[in-house]
Amino acid sequence: MSEIRTPTPVIDAPSLGELLQAGRGVVKHRPWPRAVVDSDTWILAAECLTQGSVSLLGFWGEADAVHMALLDEPGAAIGVLSLACPDGQFPSVAELHAPAIRLERSVQDLFGLQAIGLPDARPWLDHGRWGFRHPLGNAERSPADAPRYPFLPVEGEHLHRIPVGPVHAGIIEPGHFRFTASGETIVRLEERLGYVHKGIEGLMAGADLARGAELAGRVSGDSAVAYAFAFARAAEAALQVEAPRRARWLRALMAELERLANHFGDIGAICNDAAFALLHAHCGVLREQVLRTADRCFGHRLMRDVIVPGGVAHDLDPDGAAAIKTLVAESRRRFPQLVDLYDNTASLQDRTVGTGILKPQLARRFGAGGFVGRASGRTFDARRAPGYAPYDELDFQVPGLDTGDVDARVWIRIHEVEQSLALVEQILARLPAGPLREDVAAAHSAHEGIALVEGFRGDVLVWLRLGAGGRIERCHLRDPSWFQWPLLEVAIEGNIVADFPLCNKSFNCSYSGHDL
Amino acid sequence: MRKLLFEILVKPPLTEDAPVVDNAALAELARALERAARKRLGRSLAIRQVDAGSCNGCELEIHALNNAYYDLERFGIRFVASPRHADVLLVTGPVTHNMREALERTYAATPAPKWVVAVGGCARDGGCFAESYAVAGGVSDVVPVDLHIPGCPPRPVEILRGLLALLS
Repeated sequence: MSEIRTPTPVIDAPSLGELLQAGRGVVKHRPWPRAVVDSDTWILAAECLTQGSVSLLGFWGEADAVHMALLDEPGAAIGVLSLACPDGQFPSVAELHAPAIRLERSVQDLFGLQAIGLPDARPWLDHGRWGFRHPLGNAERSPADAPRYPFLPVEGEHLHRIPVGPVHAGIIEPGHFRFTASGETIVRLEERLGYVHKGIEGLMAGADLARGAELAGRVSGDSAVAYAFAFARAAEAALQVEAPRRARWLRALMAELERLANHFGDIGAICNDAAFALLHAHCGVLREQVLRTADRCFGHRLMRDVIVPGGVAHDLDPDGAAAIKTLVAESRRRFPQLVDLYDNTASLQDRTVGTGILKPQLARRFGAGGFVGRASGRTFDARRAPGYAPYDELDFQVPGLDTGDVDARVWIRIHEVEQSLALVEQILARLPAGPLREDVAAAHSAHEGIALVEGFRGDVLVWLRLGAGGRIERCHLRDPSWFQWPLLEVAIEGNIVADFPLCNKSFNCSYSGHDL
Repeated sequence: MRKLLFEILVKPPLTEDAPVVDNAALAELARALERAARKRLGRSLAIRQVDAGSCNGCELEIHALNNAYYDLERFGIRFVASPRHADVLLVTGPVTHNMREALERTYAATPAPKWVVAVGGCARDGGCFAESYAVAGGVSDVVPVDLHIPGCPPRPVEILRGLLALLS
């Protein structure tokens, strides 16, 4: 992690609207505007990011262009800036705004475009094992010789290094963690990811919408609903189709069930990493009950492939609705006891309170979403702003804390469980009747759509360009983990090695969602 | 905590009261597994799980095997932290090029006799990721596979049934 630089004051920082107006607007990009800008405006936008007047929502490439999605948080406005790269290079945003570093390294790896000024030019997703470079740009053959990855140097007396992974000791995804410790204390953690890079964006190119939805639902298994939801909304935005009202409500129902299942699992798993197995066992029961109810209602425990562009593929029958009501009642009965237990067990609190602190300033700078952001003072929630149906008709709160430790990330999850239970009840009480699916006709010309959906981990961004005939030309899926993984490196500094599993689980970043 | 522990004492265990999964089927699985496992491995089967590129869906369901409903350990099956302690490698995902060497080395580190169980559709042949530049293929393209458990992801009870098939 580089140090926090003092932001250079920019006099009269332009607003997001002004940045967009400085470029040429792209007509068929919905629902938020996209503009092709020149490199001066591009750099100006990077300065705005540094200053914090906008935050980075996404950064992705194409064979001959780069794009960045920006969020004006107070104004709840979103816009995409694009820069053509006819000579294969672009001015680095990461030079001014560290959260873009890994995204730009990935763009370099996949497309071969060069980020001029990028402070860290090491490859990120490309481990030198594909047999060629720049698979999504001008692919060129290269020997699959897996060159040694140069980890950042750490100098000082009495330091030792602990390499961990990619195969870990538990049932978790692969990634490499390089710890440098002084005795028990972690001086630096450096992550190396990309092991589960499956080339999903490459598979998306040329696929039809059905195949696209299948792939999107498999970006990160724990967020199968959130990704399918975001992909469907992006496709519908591009084609100007609206899913029927009942489908929109069922989507939210599934999204909240997914949030419940994951939060129950996480709360238990965090306690388990502090060696408190009792809560893990009880939370595991609650999680299993959610998954079984989902299976009973939608035919799949993770509710995979139920949300499709145009609507949903599976209806909820009255028995299913009754099963969910029972689930909510049972969760409401059992969960508060577990929360009490968490709150009143001093030995457990001793592990979680004050451990792995993420400062609010960094959470804001990185635009960290989900429980990571909310436990550190950033209460952004895509359901609220920019907002999408049916959440505009539902009553819920977005919890926020600013202590930023493992304990705060547990409490945010606890509060979100309570909110999700209330949301599920509201949805069931007011679930509209009607059709489930709208026809998604192939467009005759190119259309672009973008969507932001709040998954359990944070906001999932999907950007989509459909060509004539309805084939996907380019689809980018940005997991919330991109802006959370780098923060784990900071949060762990000064903690003991034995607390790493605890911190890591409290972040619970997705490897697969990040590696794509 | 006292109240919670008291409740546990007076209430029947969830493991026998599974609401959806057929109890008789689970019990039958347990009995059969016990017989077969004892014959070959005494009473214990040590599993090392390796994610070779999955979407983490299979991991979630493998995790679930440890919850109170399935309670995998009552069958003498348990997950271990090192391949050197393992009898079985439970491998998920399409094998990505970036994970290929790690999988090969994990396999090499597992002492014989050893079995490899490939879990999920991707582990068979790469599944929906098969044609990607970043994917080497299914698990059997990299290490020998003894059993494949299909599903996307397979339900926990299906994974349990699969482990039984390996042993009998």
